Amino acid sequence: MPVIDKQSAAISCIVLCGAALLARFTVGLHPYSGRGVAPHFGDYEAQRHWMEVTVHLPASEWYVDSKSNNLSYWGLDYPPLSGYQSWLFGQAIRSIEPDAVALHTSHGYESPHSKFLMRLTVVVSDILGKILDDAMCWSLSPNPGNSCVELTRDSKLCYAVFFPAVLLCLRVFGGGKTVHEKQWWLLVVLLQPAALLIDHGHFQYNNITLGFAAGAAAAIAAGHDCWGSMLFCLSLNHKQMSMYYAPAFFAHLLGKCLQKPSMTQQVFGVAKLGLVVVATFAVCWAPFLASPGGALQVLHRLVPVKRGLYEDYVANFWCVTSPVFKWRRVYTQQALVTMCAGASLVAALPSMIHQIMSPSPRGLLMGMANSALAFFLFSYQVHEKSILLALLPVTLLAFDQPVVAAWLPVWAALSMYPLLRKDGLSIAYLACLLLWLAVVAPRSSLQSEQQSPVQTGHAYTQSKRSRRLGPRVGAKLVGVSGPQLLHYASLLSLLPAACIHVAQCFVQPPAQLLHLYDAAFVTLSFVHIFSTAVYFNVSQWSLFMSLVSKKHSKRS
Amino acid sequence: MTPEYRILTVLAALRLLLVPAYRSTDFEVHRNWMAITHSLPLEKWYLDETSEWTLDYPPLFAWFEWCLSQVARYIDPQMVQLESLNYASDACIIFQRSSVMVSELVLIAAVACACRGATEEKRVLMYLLILGSPGLLLVDHIHFQYNGMLLGLLLWSIIWIQEGRHIAGSIAFAVLVNMKHLYACLAPVYLIYLQRHYCRGPKAVQRFVALGAAVVAVCGVSFGPFVVAGQLPQILARLFPFGRGLCHAYWAANFWALYSCADKALAVILPRLGLPVTAPEAYMTGGLVQVTQFAVLPSPSPSITLLLVLLALLPCLFSLWQRPRPESFLPAAVYACLCSFMFGYHVHEKAILMVTIPMALAAADSQWNARQCFVLSTVGHVALMPLLFTEQEYPIKVLMVLLHTAVAYWMLCRVVNTKALTLLSRQQQAYLWGFAALEIYCAAVHPLIFASKLPFLPLLLTSVYSALGISFCWLQMAVCWLPYYSLSTHTNVQ
Repeated sequence: MPVIDKQSAAISCIVLCGAALLARFTVGLHPYSGRGVAPHFGDYEAQRHWMEVTVHLPASEWYVDSKSNNLSYWGLDYPPLSGYQSWLFGQAIRSIEPDAVALHTSHGYESPHSKFLMRLTVVVSDILGKILDDAMCWSLSPNPGNSCVELTRDSKLCYAVFFPAVLLCLRVFGGGKTVHEKQWWLLVVLLQPAALLIDHGHFQYNNITLGFAAGAAAAIAAGHDCWGSMLFCLSLNHKQMSMYYAPAFFAHLLGKCLQKPSMTQQVFGVAKLGLVVVATFAVCWAPFLASPGGALQVLHRLVPVKRGLYEDYVANFWCVTSPVFKWRRVYTQQALVTMCAGASLVAALPSMIHQIMSPSPRGLLMGMANSALAFFLFSYQVHEKSILLALLPVTLLAFDQPVVAAWLPVWAALSMYPLLRKDGLSIAYLACLLLWLAVVAPRSSLQSEQQSPVQTGHAYTQSKRSRRLGPRVGAKLVGVSGPQLLHYASLLSLLPAACIHVAQCFVQPPAQLLHLYDAAFVTLSFVHIFSTAVYFNVSQWSLFMSLVSKKHSKRS
Repeated sequence: MTPEYRILTVLAALRLLLVPAYRSTDFEVHRNWMAITHSLPLEKWYLDETSEWTLDYPPLFAWFEWCLSQVARYIDPQMVQLESLNYASDACIIFQRSSVMVSELVLIAAVACACRGATEEKRVLMYLLILGSPGLLLVDHIHFQYNGMLLGLLLWSIIWIQEGRHIAGSIAFAVLVNMKHLYACLAPVYLIYLQRHYCRGPKAVQRFVALGAAVVAVCGVSFGPFVVAGQLPQILARLFPFGRGLCHAYWAANFWALYSCADKALAVILPRLGLPVTAPEAYMTGGLVQVTQFAVLPSPSPSITLLLVLLALLPCLFSLWQRPRPESFLPAAVYACLCSFMFGYHVHEKAILMVTIPMALAAADSQWNARQCFVLSTVGHVALMPLLFTEQEYPIKVLMVLLHTAVAYWMLCRVVNTKALTLLSRQQQAYLWGFAALEIYCAAVHPLIFASKLPFLPLLLTSVYSALGISFCWLQMAVCWLPYYSLSTHTNVQ
């Protein structure tokens, strides 16, 4: 009954998306950042203020300090696409509740109605784009064939934002998986707690940035390099934070061009992609290119060197080691910026080299994860929310790395807990983690037990052998597989985190160590995030090594 | 983790996420009852009128509130003060919401008990149908009530009686009625079943005495202290406030919704035919009138509605009298609840949960059951949706109902082994799809056409359209109880 199977697969896809939407709306019931905290409020007010500014002022004045645009009060410091998005949503809100985005008078404005509208805009940016007629039916059907090739012209249009992009990724990366595996994958990507809490609780539009990046990865993996480059540029133009992915995309695309047989083709390939990038940027920045200093002014707003090494409590190298070594006291800011840049590049380099030498779709996702992790751990001015960039490729890799995909988001959410607690999102945090553990975690152990390596015959896919070369050190000794061992270890390692949570509820920290618990959360998460980074680098290279040894054995 | 625990965890997470959602006045009602039972001596519980939300549940529920207040005073002492009207601090909200979740454990335990020995598929279905019911989520965890606990008691009582533990079952039922007297509509079924099935044979008298003693003991514990304090007349006056009118604020989807609609239609048509009609004031415009007035048709009194309920119940009672089999107890109980929902006086739309939740216990038994359960619960859930009118909750309630309906349909089809799309007849499918059109009209088209005029129309349409479906389900069930219809239709018909 292939028709019924196809139908029920499509229905289950809709139901899962519906469940993810329900989770988003219910998280939206909870408070947002800076609610009622005058005079500066929080990220919610920042987004609302940008709507106010972009709706009332011409684009050329968005990034310029003026009487009607006081840049010291949440001045726009994201690239133009964020500005356009603010304008679009701002217009929508203005037509319904003009007071919410009135110039000057609306600072700190909140009414139940406007809160609902604002929350709605975030959900809309999750599902916006063309409603995916065929993508839906295809993505979960048990036998999609070689889906990478079958991307129709039509579905290119729905690369757009988060849900469509995710479904597209499923189509591209989920070749040869069973319906159950695909359902699980979809839940992993859509119910990822950290993103859910930050976008729909704390209030941000990371889903747009991440949606473009996911769409770019899917497009490139499917062979549409130009579309992919364009989408990645859009992602960059929405939030400069997706620079974290730049090394991976650069290396992957360069590697792909270098694989072409002749020199002219290689040069032509690079030039074509360069042209796409320049054109996309030109279109995005068009309103600011008219005046001579316009673009420079925007750039100046985007690079916040003055804002310090990191914000609040971040689970990265600099923050975690600061109790032991006072980086900010010993080095000047300039030196710190150089050190950060150097360290992040060095950390991202192995995966870049790997992608230049042997680009592959999974390698691209691995590279994205590795470079995002490298930048999160070592770069300058990192927010706790930046971990979302690393979580996206990690969850997209859930087919290959189920255990990591299931557990890293938990640690990421934990690293954000100090922030979430401040926002009044503790209950939502607990609920999201419960949801995640119930839906995703048990499956990951199951997943690793099955380990059914299905070959799709596609040139890009990982070989059977490389799977076996995964980290299963000492696994046979205890009688459990490596991933299973990892799974139990992760479960066990949650214990200290739970203890700290309980302690925080009942024990006041000593007066001289007021932020003891925050530091504890962050340090604990850092250990896990750092080891994930190491593990991912190793797995990425083991992918490569297996290819080399395969070639070797073929030759001999 | 077994699938049951996974479902429970997911549902617990959903309930936690709903903590900051909209709360109806029932939230304040229950807070006030905590304050009354905490601050006043027993003899003043049913006299206090500090708040307009006076205590009008039977004594055991008051004791339940007293127990809650014993914990609450450590959490936030302000919340159990009589004077703190409309008090809702964060601690108070979290405490009250979690008290609903914790008291729901009774229901969870009952479901777990009912599922013993069933296949995994059936267990999952039962958990989803009962604990994942959007009706329960809307009414208990958003609107705010303690139905989960009460329905749990009802399920325990039914399970025990079916297992043959009659005394335990009757005690559970007595406790239930002493917590919410609405459940007294089941009393005839219990009475006849226990009389004919349990109190027979050589030990009939002993058994009858034991049963009677158990029930009297429960009632004694509950009402005794108040009888001693001379409060009985006051309690009864509070428990049965007949001044409230036939229909609740907006019409529950029952026979009286159709009756009121017919009355309104006649009031419009008759004058055009030249017959004089004296319409009461604000007859067509009043959206949320408390006492429904009738222009043409006679206004039924409480005793008439009671008579109608008993009349509707008669075939079922007769059949139970002749064949008091354990397997016909659950359908009889469900039917009794449905009858009181259909014809009762001042019925709340929430009372449909009394039908859909017990019904789900038998949903997997036959295709007939699955079909009835699916139609009734879908209609019931849609009819509950107007309970929440805030826009913030709008996408949430719609998504919950849609998702639950889709998953329930899919699971029911799988469990009763039908190919997809054959669970329902064409007519039923068409009727249920009509709700989509209705909801689109109410949510989008109506505000566009009429702006804020005629606010009663969407509610009226929803009530009447749902009432049609529920009446039809009632009719189908009623026919099965008629003498010439074998009782086995309930359990065996394919």
